[in-house]
Amino acid sequence: MFDDLSGRFGSAFKSLSGQSKITDVNIAESVREIRRALLDADVNYEVAREFTRKIKAEADGSGVLQSVSPGQQFTKIVYDELIFTLGGQKEEIRFANVPPTVILIAGLQGSGKTTFAAKLAKYLKDKKYIPMLAAADVYRPAAVEQLKTLAAQINVPVFSLEEKNALKVAKEALNEARKQACNVLIVDTAGRLHVDSEMMDEVAAIKDAIKPNEILFVVDSMTGQDAVNTAREFNTRIDFDGVVLTKLDGDTRGGAALSIKKVVEKPIKFISTGEKLDALSEFYPDRMAQRILGMGDVVSLVEKAQAQFDEQEARKLQSKIRTDSFNLEDFYEQLQQIKKMGSMQDLMGMIPGMGNALKNVEVGDDTLKPIEAIINSMTPEERRKPELLNGNRKRRIATGSGTTVRDVNELMKQFEQMKKMMKTMQKMGGMGRAMHGLKNMVATKRR
Amino acid sequence: MGFLEKLGFKKKESLEAGLEKSREGIVGKLSRAIAGKDKVDDEVLDDLEEILIRSDVGVPTTLKIIKRVEERVARDKYLNSSELQRILREEIITLLKENTLERPAEFDAELPNHPHVVLIVGVNGVGKTTTIGKLANLYKLAGKSVVLGAADTFRAAAVQQLTIWSQRAGVPIIQQGQGADPAAVAYDTVAAAKSRNADVVLIDTAGRLHNKTALMDELTKIKRVIGKIVNDSPHEVILVLDASTGQNAMLQAKAFTQAVDITGLALTKLDGTARGGIVIGISSELNVPVKYIGVGEKIEDLQIFDRISFVEALFKD
Repeated sequence: MFDDLSGRFGSAFKSLSGQSKITDVNIAESVREIRRALLDADVNYEVAREFTRKIKAEADGSGVLQSVSPGQQFTKIVYDELIFTLGGQKEEIRFANVPPTVILIAGLQGSGKTTFAAKLAKYLKDKKYIPMLAAADVYRPAAVEQLKTLAAQINVPVFSLEEKNALKVAKEALNEARKQACNVLIVDTAGRLHVDSEMMDEVAAIKDAIKPNEILFVVDSMTGQDAVNTAREFNTRIDFDGVVLTKLDGDTRGGAALSIKKVVEKPIKFISTGEKLDALSEFYPDRMAQRILGMGDVVSLVEKAQAQFDEQEARKLQSKIRTDSFNLEDFYEQLQQIKKMGSMQDLMGMIPGMGNALKNVEVGDDTLKPIEAIINSMTPEERRKPELLNGNRKRRIATGSGTTVRDVNELMKQFEQMKKMMKTMQKMGGMGRAMHGLKNMVATKRR
Repeated sequence: MGFLEKLGFKKKESLEAGLEKSREGIVGKLSRAIAGKDKVDDEVLDDLEEILIRSDVGVPTTLKIIKRVEERVARDKYLNSSELQRILREEIITLLKENTLERPAEFDAELPNHPHVVLIVGVNGVGKTTTIGKLANLYKLAGKSVVLGAADTFRAAAVQQLTIWSQRAGVPIIQQGQGADPAAVAYDTVAAAKSRNADVVLIDTAGRLHNKTALMDELTKIKRVIGKIVNDSPHEVILVLDASTGQNAMLQAKAFTQAVDITGLALTKLDGTARGGIVIGISSELNVPVKYIGVGEKIEDLQIFDRISFVEALFKD
C-alpha cells in the first residue's frame, strides 16, 4: 500500500508537468492525492487538512519561476512544509548543570520503553557519560529482568527493588546514582494507558519526586490516528520534553510523528531503528520528511555529487558523450568519482525508490571491484577503443581480472547501455538517471 | 452462551466499557454531524469520511463504505440520521468476517484436533506474551489441559515473562532459555503436549517486524517443523495486533499471512484507544476473522470477538 506512495506523489506532481504555472485548477488533483497519501501514512486527519490547506495557499502565491517546472516547484513546497511541520531544527536532550542528569521515560505498553532505555544508556556511555538505569516498571512480569539483561550487555548498572513500588525505586535510584557517582540516571517506567488515571498519577508523582531534567515520551511509529490523543494526554499530565519514535526499521511511514510534533509542539529527539542496542539515532526532520514522501535523500545525494564533480570535468564529459567518444577510460574515471562520494550502501539508500528495493540487500563497497579489475586488465588501447575487444582479448582480460568471459561481456553490454543512457540523460538533464544506470549495473552484477 | 457468562463474567458490560472511547469516537461525532438535518447530503458524507478515517478504518475501506452508503442514499433520497446509522451498522457488520466451526473461538468448545496447536505471532510490543498468558488461563478455566511453548528466545527476559504467566495459570511450560533455536522449542513443545495428551498448545514467538525477511522465514520454519509432529498443525495462527496501530497493521497482516497463513486476529489494548477501526479494514480486505479482543489488564478482559455486539457497542446511543 505504501510502496506505491512515492509513485502516487509522482503522479500527483506529474499532472502539473507541461503546465507553465500553478493554478487553482491544475493543483486541486495534486493536493487531493497528497492528502490521501498523508492519511495512508497515518498522519492525523486534522494535521493533514491543515497541511494541505497550507501548501495550497503557498502554491497559489508562488507564481511563475523560470528555472523550475510547476511540478518541481510544488514538490519543494510540500517538502519544505513537511520539514517545518516536523520541527525544522534538530533538538538535543538537556543535561543538568549539577549532575546527575535525570531522564524519565514514559509511554504506552509495548511502545519500546525498556529497549530504548538501554539504547539511550549505551548512546550516553559512548559519549563518555556514566549512566545508571532504574527499573521502575514493577508491574509487567519480568520487566526488571529484561532491563537487567540488556544492561549487562552494555555494562551499565541497574537499580531495582524487590518491593513493587515504582515511586520508591525512582527515589532510591537517584540516591544510589549520586552515591555511585553516575552522572546520568535513566528511569524506565511501566507502560500505561493515557486513560488509566491511577497509573497516570503514578508517573506524575515520580516526576514530582525526582524532578527529571528531561522527560522522553516513547511512541511506536506504527501508531494510527490515536497517537495525537495519547501524546496530548501524556503531555498534559507530565509536560514531556521530547518524543522518541520506535520501530522505524519497519515499513511504516511514521505519519504519527508528523502529527505529534504539530499537536503538542514538542520536538522529536530520537528514532529507534532496530533490535540491536546501537540502533538509535538522533532525529533529523528533513530525513523524516523524505521518508514520509518516499523520496529518498536526493538532497544529500545531489550535494555529494556537486562536491565531487567539478564544472570543467563535467563539461569535458558532456562533449565526449556528444561526440560519442566516451570510452572505458572515462568510465573508469567516473567510477572513481562515484566511489569518493561515500559508501555504496549509503549512496543507494539515497536514491528515491531504492530504499525499498534494497531493504534486504547488502551493497558492499566491493561491488565495483570486479568492474575495476576488468578495466584494469585491459590495455590502454582497449580502454580507448572498446570495439577492439574480440574473443581472444576477452579471454585474456577475464583471466587477468579473475572473472569470466561472461562477466567481461556483461560489463561491455552495460557500458554500451550506459553510454546510450548518458546521451539521453544529457538531453533531459539530471543526475538521477545516471544513478539509475548505476543501480541497474549493480543489480545485474549481484545476480 | 459463552463460558464467560457461565463463569459469571460480565461480558457485555466490559466490552461496552472497553469500547466506550470507540463509541464516543464514531457515534458521538456522527450524531453531531447529522444533528438538525433530515437528510444525508454531501456535508454529512464528508463528516462520515472524517469519522471513519479518524477511527483508523483507512482510506480504501472508508471509500468503500461511503460508496455503499451513497448508493443507498441515491435510491432513497430522504434518509434520516437513524437510518444512516442503521445502514452504517449493516455495512460494517458485512465487512467483518465470522469465526468458523473448525476453529471455534469459545474456550470450552469441542476442539477438532488433539492437541490443538496454536501459534501466536506479531510485531514487537503488541502483547503476544500477555495474550498467551490470558488464553492459557481461560482454556484452563474451561477445563482444558494446556501446554505453553516459550519460543520467544530472542527478547531479553521473554522466557521469564511467560514462565510467570504459566505459574499464574498453573500450566506447564516448555522452554530452553534465551538464545535457543525457536523452532526446536516449538518442536519440543508440541512433542511434549502430544505425549502428555494435552488439549491445547500455545506457542509464543518473538516479536518481529514483518519486513525482515530472515525473521519471517524463521516463522515459516517453526510452522513447518511442528507440522511434522502433529499433522496439519498449527491449526491456528493468531496474529496479535495493537488496536492503536494505524494503516501499517494492514501490511503486517499481509506479510504474516504470506509467511504463516494467519487464521485469526487478536486485537489488544482496545481499552486505550478511540479506534479499533483498523479491524474493519483488515477483516474486509484479508478475509481473516477477528477472534479475540483485549479490553483491559485483567484475565477476563481478553474476550471472544462477536462482530454483532462489537458493532452494536460501537453504535449504542
